Amino acid sequence: MDLNYTPEQEAFRKEARSWLEANAPKEKLASFDSKEGFEQHREWEKKLHAGGFAMVPWPVEYGGRGANLLEWLIFEEEYYRAGCPGRVNQNGIFLLGPTIMEVGTPEQKARFLPKMASSEEVWAQGWSEPNAGSDMANIQATAIKDGDHFVINGQKTWASRGAFAHWLFGMFRSDPDSKRHNGLTFILVPLDTPGITVRPIEKLNNKKAFAEVFFDDARVPITNQLGDEGKGWDVAMATAGFERGLMLRSPARFQDTARKLVNLYKETVASGAYVAPELRRTVAQCWMDAEAYTLNTYQTVSRLLAGGKIGAEASLNKIFWSELDTKMHETALKLLGYRAELLPGSPAAGDVGEWLDGYIFALAGPIYAGTNEIQRNIIAERLLGMPRK
Amino acid sequence: MEFNFTEDQRLLQETVRDFLTGECPVEFVRAQWETETGRSPEFWAKLAEIGVPGLLVPEEHGGLGMNEIDLVLVMVEIGRAALAEAVVPTAAVAVPLIRDCGNEALASEWLPKIAEGEAIVAVAQPSSPLVPEAEVADLLILRSGDGLYAVPAAEARITPQRSNDPSQKLATVEFDAKADQLIASGDEADRLETAALDRGALAAAAQQLGACHQLIQMSVEYTTERKQFGVPIGTFQAVKHHVANVRVALEYAHSHVERAAHSVAHDTASRSVDVSMAKIAAGEAALLGSSNSLQVHGALGYTWEQDLHVWMRRAWTLDLAWGETAWHRERVAGALFEDTLPAENFGFSPLT
Repeated sequence: MDLNYTPEQEAFRKEARSWLEANAPKEKLASFDSKEGFEQHREWEKKLHAGGFAMVPWPVEYGGRGANLLEWLIFEEEYYRAGCPGRVNQNGIFLLGPTIMEVGTPEQKARFLPKMASSEEVWAQGWSEPNAGSDMANIQATAIKDGDHFVINGQKTWASRGAFAHWLFGMFRSDPDSKRHNGLTFILVPLDTPGITVRPIEKLNNKKAFAEVFFDDARVPITNQLGDEGKGWDVAMATAGFERGLMLRSPARFQDTARKLVNLYKETVASGAYVAPELRRTVAQCWMDAEAYTLNTYQTVSRLLAGGKIGAEASLNKIFWSELDTKMHETALKLLGYRAELLPGSPAAGDVGEWLDGYIFALAGPIYAGTNEIQRNIIAERLLGMPRK
Repeated sequence: MEFNFTEDQRLLQETVRDFLTGECPVEFVRAQWETETGRSPEFWAKLAEIGVPGLLVPEEHGGLGMNEIDLVLVMVEIGRAALAEAVVPTAAVAVPLIRDCGNEALASEWLPKIAEGEAIVAVAQPSSPLVPEAEVADLLILRSGDGLYAVPAAEARITPQRSNDPSQKLATVEFDAKADQLIASGDEADRLETAALDRGALAAAAQQLGACHQLIQMSVEYTTERKQFGVPIGTFQAVKHHVANVRVALEYAHSHVERAAHSVAHDTASRSVDVSMAKIAAGEAALLGSSNSLQVHGALGYTWEQDLHVWMRRAWTLDLAWGETAWHRERVAGALFEDTLPAENFGFSPLT
């Protein structure tokens, strides 16, 4: 155990810091849940990619930097420190990308990864259906082979940024007689395929980037199948592991929020405004929890670098960060007092920051990527060995 | 940067776990409740054979010369087994205190004895008048005024106090401070006392992790066996989630404790705050483990006969040892909000 960074890691941190300081957008971009913001974020990704920092842990040939996961953690810390924008292609770069890296053919890697790294192509997730949410194995959308194409029919929903994305990845029932986890195939679908209709859904944040996607005899080449036919569930579980476990929510994000919360507390106390006494303890606990999540992630990465794997432990992370994020934002709103409901720019709001927006976003955390109730079942059954039936 | 235990460290942990599984079943823990001192010299001798009391004793004094990163793994196993012997005050607190106080004569006299299993040392906690293990100790390290004294047990007036955990042997102690027993005074005494508190709290936190593991294990076993409505109660989500919540808390408490072990071993600037966070997190996990395990055991867990309360009581009392949670919370809050610790010295990644 050695919790000091090596000189090489320190040098990498410096390099990332100076590039990000010089290149981070000076003005805050519009929300990537709006069309305008979506395109601004793609521009930023293009710049990040040109600087060689878009996909730090990916191989150079796919548009990455060939760094290891520890350097990725360092990069993330610097990324949040510099106040850089959210990653518009997060479903692609953090979830699908690593999955393609693991199970994709050489042709698929060459075709999809570079354009994903540069966000020339932005990806949406197509997993949930109206009757397949927590019960993901109840997927009904079909993809039936016809020559060298799949013919897709059915509906997907809750696709983040699906309204603007170029591609969608998801599971479809390729064997119409199959049940549950069997007979599903993981397919990469261009959203401009004839027969596909994308209908935006307005989210709690008042933005229309979320979408439901309808498939009516949409023909997709069989070369877009990821992993083996009928084995989509296994491929999807690999993606879910990345999503819950590591890539999607790096600790830097929560450390950054925790620091802002500590500063908000100090400023509020200094301003002389009333601060409920219990908030002192709550803020300190939030900071501690962000620290715990960071420490735990460094442990996970150390284990992965030593040849280990992420398994059901990913569910622990997903519960922890999603509930921490909610708690931090709730606490910030309590500190803001009457200003908590005022939208930024409202005359009496002062500097309310992005706490309200962040709170609304945080509320989705315990729901997406598998509800926290499902995660608790996974922990009980797969980590602890409690009985299923 | 590598946040992992080595294979040798994991082997040490397994060795201690196997030893305790064989030598310290819960029947042994309960049998000790009925003995006069609650402590077993025979057991202490066996612990010394595998090197536990002298784990931190430098090799030149006959110890293993290991550090706190090794020690926390041993303490986790001690917590899992609910072993009640004077490991914390002797091995985790007194050894480094005697080693670091600059008193060569004291070190040469006591460290080899400790490593051999021939001496037990009790140390006063700055946060409480209760001195664990004073009744069985050979030497007491006690505070009086601005001085820290090493007092032979025979010279101290020891009043036993009864704990809610029958395994805990607590006492209040009075003594007459003598100049030839002074080992440090003023700032140096404060420094040693704070270090002792941090070491005691770290060892308690690691035991709390072990106790929490055990509480989870017992809950998993019970809810798998116990049937209601024709099925094991562990199939019900309400029951599953109680246990899963403890597992989540335990996971992140582990990270805090393991980092704090590194901070103590390397005496980093953030040591005290890191230890406080570890003590808070491990305490919360063990207390949640207690209440949720009791809930899933139902009325059976509420009986004296069922073993669950061996670990529940341990969790309750460890929470008070070496600084109550509220005290540690305030130490963290002070560092965060009043800069009692410079900001660049804490937080896993540099804030500067």
